[in-house]
Formats: sequence, structure tokens, C-alpha cells
Amino acid sequence: MDFLSLFDLSVLDSTVRLAVPLLLACLAGLFSERAGIFDIGLEGKMLAAAFFSAAFAHVTGSVWLGLLAGIGASVSLSLLHGLASITFRGNQLISGVAINFLAAGLTVLIAQDWFSQGGRTPSLIGQGRFSPIELPFATTLKDTPLIGPLYHDLISGHSILVYVALLMVPATWWILYRTRFGLRLRAVGENPAAVDTAGVSVVSLRYAAVIICGVLCGIAGAYLATALQAGFVKDMTAGRGFIALAALIFAKWRPWHALSATLLFGYLQAIALRPDIIESAIGFTVQIQLLDALPYILTVVILAGFVGKAVPPRAGGEPYVKER
Amino acid sequence: MDTMPKWADIVLIPVISLLLAAIISALVILAIGESPVTAFNLMVEGALMRSAGWGYTLYYATNFMFTGLAVSVAFHARLFNIGGEGQAMIGGLGAALVCLYIPWPHWSLALIGASLAAAMFGAVWAYLPAILQAKRGSHIVITTIMFNFIAAAVLNYVLVNILRPVGAMDPATAKFPEATHLPTFRDMFSTSETILFRGSPANVTFFVALAACVLVWFLIRRTVLGYEIRSFGFSESGAKYAGIHPAKITIIAMLISGALAGMMAVNTTMGEAERLILNSTEGAGFIGIAVALMGRNHPFGVFLAAILFGFLYQGGAELALWTKIPRELIIVIQALVIMFTGALDNMVRMPLEKLFFMIRKGGA
Repeated sequence: MDFLSLFDLSVLDSTVRLAVPLLLACLAGLFSERAGIFDIGLEGKMLAAAFFSAAFAHVTGSVWLGLLAGIGASVSLSLLHGLASITFRGNQLISGVAINFLAAGLTVLIAQDWFSQGGRTPSLIGQGRFSPIELPFATTLKDTPLIGPLYHDLISGHSILVYVALLMVPATWWILYRTRFGLRLRAVGENPAAVDTAGVSVVSLRYAAVIICGVLCGIAGAYLATALQAGFVKDMTAGRGFIALAALIFAKWRPWHALSATLLFGYLQAIALRPDIIESAIGFTVQIQLLDALPYILTVVILAGFVGKAVPPRAGGEPYVKER
Repeated sequence: MDTMPKWADIVLIPVISLLLAAIISALVILAIGESPVTAFNLMVEGALMRSAGWGYTLYYATNFMFTGLAVSVAFHARLFNIGGEGQAMIGGLGAALVCLYIPWPHWSLALIGASLAAAMFGAVWAYLPAILQAKRGSHIVITTIMFNFIAAAVLNYVLVNILRPVGAMDPATAKFPEATHLPTFRDMFSTSETILFRGSPANVTFFVALAACVLVWFLIRRTVLGYEIRSFGFSESGAKYAGIHPAKITIIAMLISGALAGMMAVNTTMGEAERLILNSTEGAGFIGIAVALMGRNHPFGVFLAAILFGFLYQGGAELALWTKIPRELIIVIQALVIMFTGALDNMVRMPLEKLFFMIRKGGA
């Protein structure tokens, strides 16, 4: 029995890698839902961004243009969601479902048309991918006991998007709790009528939130296709948008908790890839299926209110109708 | 405010929404360098001009009737059951267990037994999200999404570790015994001279689905329970005032919904594969959402919409076979239908309401 191997540096390293797309999507959902717009279309937006970032990175040879294209695709879907749920006051959940299908279908359709490789993009090479960044002193400190390997193997050596994602956590916290925009954003998710009375436009606040959500989902998707993997494959988000949604509930719509929730779910994904480690650590095999289902099961337990109650923003899911 | 005549609400709006979805789909086909007219002709040719094509169309339609009814019953109680997929997976497990472990003397008895089992398993899978919504206020959409994933994991585990025959590679159960094989349309309608529905999977379950449409209509429109479900969906506080128990109605509506979704599995497991495979639902649970929206929550509308989607599915398969258009086109069309008939309903409705208002004022 080797319990410590469960927290092997390689496992922790892949935890970070796998948690990043979840974290970005989770924060994306946080902005949207805190403004009162439920978004179950995170998955679709990530998928669209993954495809367009990989496609543009391949064609132009620049991963940065790819990232822009990914963000553009994701924001367009966000605007569609906004059009349906803010302007036309439609059902936000149905709109989210439609967006997921739209992305799942269109990405394969366009990929097949552009590249004829069975719904994938060609593999990205060189400047077409985000490469790992060596943080300062990583090699010099490498041999220092304890801190050295930790710094060199775990903290240093990720792509820039990983650090962007991690910085987004304090940034989100600061925007939400320390700026006027953040206060209004939260208010519009709790009591839009009050915001309206104060003379602030509910519609433009909600659109702003939805666009921020699109940008973050775009980065998440681009990370999947151009940093974590080298290219787009059909359905590559594989339910990550829904795990992010689960993490959002798990975190009870708070940024720092979103970080811990996504790290936890990222860890579950990382450990599921290493059945050998689990077996040597606890002495028996754990079914992969159980590990796969664990984020969802944990979320249901949280939702059931057995471990503290998860209360969503009060005006979430309700279109705002201005009184005449 | 009743600005629109009823026929406009029931017929005109869905037709316009469908036209919008069709126009955009045609643009998508144009954009990938194919002709929409040729594509449409191919789809009609493959899905409707031969009896075998109809056999596939009606086979898919059977699935969509069940899942569409499932979504619509929940909609009547203003519950969005997005978990039809998971309920159908678990329903398939019920049907498979009954077929594998009970020695049925005749297919008709097996059909009844498997339908009941599938319905029960599906209902059980809907029960937990229902009770969490009714008693603890957890949002049913989120819990049913989570239960879809949990169902996939459960099914995967059961198929790989328990039900897979020794030595078999693919995660699936053994073949069901001969006695449980359902008569296909070919068995039923072919004469000795002409063989109809050759090689197509449509089977007797189609008639079970038709019966389900009628039963759901009767339940929703003609029984006290149906009235309670509808009034609860219309106004929760009003229903409470009338002495209707919200928790009870939530749970019952979800049980019926889950049972209907579960019964879909009879068609795919007993009717087609004759064993339970990992991905037998193939997203039909989600298509139920589009079917229910399109069919305006009315069983007859669901029937028509299910046939339409059956046609799209079979036609899409033909397209993938003969052109460069991949099957995923159907997912795009499905997304557009959900978008236009569901979320963008007001976009079509508001101008129409204005139009009718003006006509009325002009006439008066």
C-alpha cells in the first residue's frame, strides 16, 4: 500500500492540465448565471471554440489567431443565447440545449467540408500549438529538495493559458465583489427589477455577462484543441461543459470555490487515467465507471442539500419583463 | 389577451418555425458545396419512396414518439425532463434483464413484460431527480443532466462487468432468446408474392407507441390527474389553492415521463438489436425535446413530429451514404428546430401577434 502515490507529482501535474478547461468553463458559467442567465450551453461553446481555434491555427500557422477565432465562435453562440433568452425572452435551458446540438453538428460538418478527415482537423505542429512555458529559475531550482521538483514539475512548464486560467480566479473575484460592474451584475441575477429602477439597463448588463461567458468558454475550448491536445476531434469536449456546470453548483457560484471544485474534478479525471496507481495505493481496483460518474454523483448530493444547500441566483432562468 | 386565433398558435407558428429551420439548413448545405434540392430529393427517395425506407423511418419515429411523449408530459407540469436519454438507457437494462432471465413462452407476453420492466426502470431513474425537486428544491434540469451521465456509467459498468457473456469483446449482453424476438413489419405485412419492409427494423413496438400517444392524450385531457398536472404547470400557486399537492404532482408527472422514456428501449433492444448494447439510445432522448416542442406538447403533434424526425434520421443516413454530407447534418437540423420552436418562439410569435392585432382592428 502506497497511499502517497495517489498524490504523485505526475498525477498532480495532469490534475492541473485537466482542471484548466473545467475552471475556465466554470468561471464562464459563473458570470452568466450570476447575471441570471442559466447556461447549459457551455459544452457547445467550448466545442465550437475548440474546432475553430484548431482550424484557424492550422490554416494560419499561428495559435494566437486560432485563439481569436475560437473566442469569436464561442462569443457568436453566446450572442445567439443572448438573443433567444434576453431579447426574445425565450427559455434559457432550451436555448442552451439547442446550442449544444448546433455546435456538435456544425463542427463535424464544417471539419468534414474543410479538411475531409472524418470530422477532425489535421494535427497541429510548431507555432500552431501553445507550447509549455518555463518559469524563471525553474531549471536552477530543480535540484533544491522538495521545492525544486514541485516548482519545476508542477508549477512551471504549462502553457500560457493555464496561467491565464489561474489568474482569472482572483480577477473574477475582484470584478464580482470589488467593482461597480460586479455589484450590478450580481444584482441583476438576484433582483433585476431593482437594477432597472436604479436606471441601469438590465439587458445590456446581461448581454455583457453572456459575452464574458463566451470569451472564457472560447479560451477553454482553444486550450483543449491547441494546448492539451494537438488538434480537434469530434466531440472532444466529452461532457466537460457539464462537469463545469456541476463544479459551478459544487462551488455554489463563488470564484475561489470554483477553483477548488474544478481541481477536485480535474483530480478525479487525472486519477481515472491511472488505474495502476489507485490499485497500488489502496490495495483494490476502483471501477473506472465510478470515477467517471463521481463528479455527477457529488453534484447531486450537493444539490440535494445534504452537504450545505446550493442556492442559485434568485432571478436565474427568468427572463426580465420590464413593466409598462 | 387573445390576439391570435387558435389555428395560428397550433399550426402557423410551428410551420413558420420549421420553415426557418429548413431555410437555414438549406443554407448550411449550400455552404458545404452541395445542392439542397438534390439533398432533399435523396432524403425523400431514401426515406419515403421504398417500403424499406419507411421501415427505418417508422422505426426511428417509434423511438421519438416515446421520448417526445416523455418530454411533453413533464412539460405539462412545467418540468423540463432533459434526462430521457438516461431513463431510456436504464429502461433498456430493465427490458434486457426481463428478456434474458425470464423464459417467455411467446413474444406477446415478452413484449408486455419487457414494456413494464422498461417503464419501471425508466420511472425509477426519473424518481430520484423528481423527489429531489419536490422535496429539496434541486433544479430538475441539472439533476436529470447529471443522471444521464450516471446512467451511462452504470450501464457501462453493468454491461462490461456483469452482463457481458464470457469471452465476448464488445460491451453488450448475450442475444435474447428466440421466443422474445418481436415480429417486424416485414413479418406482418409481406405476402408470399411481395416482400415489404425488407431488412428494416420497424416492428410491432410502433403500435405500442401509437397506443401510448392515445393513452397520454386520454390521461392529460380526460382524467383528473391530467387536469391536475396541467393546472400545476399553468400556475403552481393556483394549483396549491385548489388543493393540488405540488410534490405529489411533480413526482407523478416525472414517473410517467421516465416510464415513457424507458419504454423507448423496448424498440431498440427487443425490436432491433435483440440484445442490449452500450449506445442503443443514440441520442433519441434528446430528440424527444425537439419532438415535444415541435408537436406543441399535444400527443397528435408529437406523433407527427416523431414521423418528421424519423424521416430526417433515415434521410440523413441516406445522405451520408450517397453524398459528402455527414450524418451530423441531422444534429444541426435538430438544433435549429429546438432553437426556433423552443427558445426563439417569441421571435416568430410577436410579429404574428401584431399582424393579427392589426387585422382585427382593421376588421372591427
